Amino acid sequence: MSADTTQNPITQNTITIDGQEIPFVAGQTIMDAALAAGVYIPHLCHKPGLTPHGSCKLCVVDIASRSVSSHNSDRRVQAKFQVVADSRSVSACTMPAVAGQQISNNTPALNEVRKTITQMLFIEGNHICPSCEKCGDCTLQAMAYHLGMLDGHFPQFLQRRAVDASHPTVMLDRDRCILCELCVRASREVDGKNVFAIAGRGINAHLIVNSASGKLVDSDLETSDMAAHICPVGAILIKEHGYEVPIGRRTFDLHQVGEIGSEEIILTKVRHADE
Amino acid sequence: MRNVSVTDSNTANTIGVLRSAIAEACAESPHLLHVLHALQQQFLHISDEAVREVAAHLDLPLSQVDAVNEFYSFFHKTPRGRYDILFSNCTSCGYMAGGVDLMAMLGRRLDIVAGNTRSDGLVSMDQTSCIGMCDHGAALLVNGMPITRLDDSRIDRIAALVEAEAPLEDWPPEWFQVDDNIRVSGLLLKDDLTVGIGLRKMLELDVADTLSEIIQSGLRGRGGAGFSTGMKWQFCREAQGAAHYVVCNADEGEPGTFKDRVILHSHADSLFEGMTVCAFAVGAKQGYLYLRGEYRYLLPHLQSVLARRRELALLGVDILGQPGFSFDIDIVVGAGAYICGEESALIESLEGKRGIPRVRPPFPVTHGYRGQPTVVNNVETFIAAAHIVLRGSAWFRAEGTEKSAGSKILSISGDCATPGIYEYPFGVTIRQVLDDCGAKNAQAVQVGGPSGTLIDSAEFDRRLGFDDLSTGGSLMVFGQARDLLAVIVNFAHFFAHESCGFCTPCRVGTALLKNGLGKIAGGHGTRYDLDEMQHIATLVKCRSHCGLGQTAANPILDGLQRFPQTFEQRLVHHDFEPHFDLDAALEEARQISRRDDAAAHIE
Repeated sequence: MSADTTQNPITQNTITIDGQEIPFVAGQTIMDAALAAGVYIPHLCHKPGLTPHGSCKLCVVDIASRSVSSHNSDRRVQAKFQVVADSRSVSACTMPAVAGQQISNNTPALNEVRKTITQMLFIEGNHICPSCEKCGDCTLQAMAYHLGMLDGHFPQFLQRRAVDASHPTVMLDRDRCILCELCVRASREVDGKNVFAIAGRGINAHLIVNSASGKLVDSDLETSDMAAHICPVGAILIKEHGYEVPIGRRTFDLHQVGEIGSEEIILTKVRHADE
Repeated sequence: MRNVSVTDSNTANTIGVLRSAIAEACAESPHLLHVLHALQQQFLHISDEAVREVAAHLDLPLSQVDAVNEFYSFFHKTPRGRYDILFSNCTSCGYMAGGVDLMAMLGRRLDIVAGNTRSDGLVSMDQTSCIGMCDHGAALLVNGMPITRLDDSRIDRIAALVEAEAPLEDWPPEWFQVDDNIRVSGLLLKDDLTVGIGLRKMLELDVADTLSEIIQSGLRGRGGAGFSTGMKWQFCREAQGAAHYVVCNADEGEPGTFKDRVILHSHADSLFEGMTVCAFAVGAKQGYLYLRGEYRYLLPHLQSVLARRRELALLGVDILGQPGFSFDIDIVVGAGAYICGEESALIESLEGKRGIPRVRPPFPVTHGYRGQPTVVNNVETFIAAAHIVLRGSAWFRAEGTEKSAGSKILSISGDCATPGIYEYPFGVTIRQVLDDCGAKNAQAVQVGGPSGTLIDSAEFDRRLGFDDLSTGGSLMVFGQARDLLAVIVNFAHFFAHESCGFCTPCRVGTALLKNGLGKIAGGHGTRYDLDEMQHIATLVKCRSHCGLGQTAANPILDGLQRFPQTFEQRLVHHDFEPHFDLDAALEEARQISRRDDAAAHIE
């Protein structure tokens, strides 16, 4: 930290995202501060209230190196159009906000990176958007639209992934899982259970169920659990409630993924009225 | 009905045997990796029932045991053979190292395909990442024991011994011999420390003096990252916690690195002395040596050194009669996961979990093992610390360069006359190193292993050090005859296999890079594919979660920059070639129908 920054009372408790000064309180991450200030940083594996994870890497931002952070006037302009060479990449959801950080977020270069990462998530799994129950309510799909993704770009991996339809009310289709671990964390941290985990490694990593048979039916998952509803894609679905809302009135027909507070909207939307 | 009751009693029987095996393993060591290893040894796999029983016995979530079982390469859910043979696939000690496919050769002798267990259950065969025998020619592990200097006659004899079901004890003992091969000794290898001499010297100093000697020495982490060791220790000492821990990273997994193997074998006392110095400096009572599973054969030796040190009051309660100075060291053995060389993944593994790198900050010095302040250092760093405490910081600083004090122990392998261990002062040129190891006419050198830097012959005057060519110790020489693209493809397979799968860029990106390079090496790539490689490699490097992903694309990026012709000469000269190869797609059908005639091909 340069002496210049520490002595300046204005930058003491603010960070700068794309030229906009944003206040934060100690303990907040860059993501926390940004969302609180109404600044959207794309994310999939993050959900306020759950332990930040930093795995999907949609929220990558660039922090300018400290040595140059004090003269920022012309950097703001530059940052709009190119990756700052002397910067480091961090996950906004896990990186603590530190006074004086000069952060690039909504830049064409970073959004291009995010688009590529989104394409990676699409091609490693088996996504069936047009016929998926989650179509229109899916954050991955909405993210793809948000980032202007028109195709998967890379060859499909066409992996074989197991479906678990054993549970009476909840369906698990690993074909559509993006390994964000939102269900893993929701089950542990909100539901007070431990229903899900990730096993395997590399491209073979997959969601497993913490039960003797490995099947959902033998777990203590209930329809009222947050873990049953938090899936941002169509991997965990509530049975017998697919396609209830017609096209045109689904979550992302009415909302943008970049709306602040969309997490709450999404969660309300997928919870059925009679639950 | 009868069938059911037979099954029931069999099940009860199996579970009884399982439970007693688990109890026995736990009595030895209750660490999850150790218990699973014991079960793998005894039952040749870890079944779903075994997972359930282990979870119940250790009071762990079933999903954790299951996840760990699936994460580590040396645990298997389906039975391996009574002889489980793993060929290294490293470019230096791998089954292709001699230019002949030794794994395929053994496969023909034993009628077995890599990745499988023979139907009679006698033998299984597969490949594994570098086993650290790069100075010994092609090498394999049989039931965890390394056999080196493989050639076709040795493969023949191995096949015969397996078929004869000869116990490993009756195999020729010289096959299992692993030499130190120390070619050039410097500061640390020149003379071994008298046992305990460093600790006695340290006790004449106080904690502050010990710390200041380490800081003054300019010692930086020998794993490659190069953080100041003294500062790390000081941060750890200052961090608040219920306990402080000292961890030695002996998960030497970087292909081409084997210096820790030699240190563990011949300088274990200095290593434990260094860890004890660290414990004194940071106020730790407990230390762990995390030994890579491939070096399990060193475990009895290391245990005996620890036992002797306890007898000599160099470990345990009130070390050397110093009231309140208590410290002991346990060894935890890994099970085949390169990622556990990353310090926070190593800590996760120490805690009995999958080796997934943690989010940082916080760093291990404040939140490490069990959330407590923890120092994680490389094997070589600890022996350097032991020497520094004895001889003083000035002695250490007298060698090396301003920013890179002291010496570096190199593991040299590949196309050279005398592969082995070479210790040099920092600042030595690559050219000097190549001259000493008899590498004539090298076209390229991989400094620091696949995650390091690939340099060409125009760069041989560059110097080893944190300010130029940083290295954890691996130095692989590639002569003019080497197919560099094959080397880069090998490294891409390595990283895709070792990616932990946590973050998207590395999980998917390393697989894309592997597939894309395969297309190019297979003669189906175009200019477009090269651009794609560059694009994906840059993203993987810049956006991955940890050091593995951030360095996984280095061989490709370095290769594209320094050896573009090695890629270009394989390209198809039109703009686009589909990934889908009709003829290759028929391969499975050909195998099933046992046909390979012209009509079974599409060209």
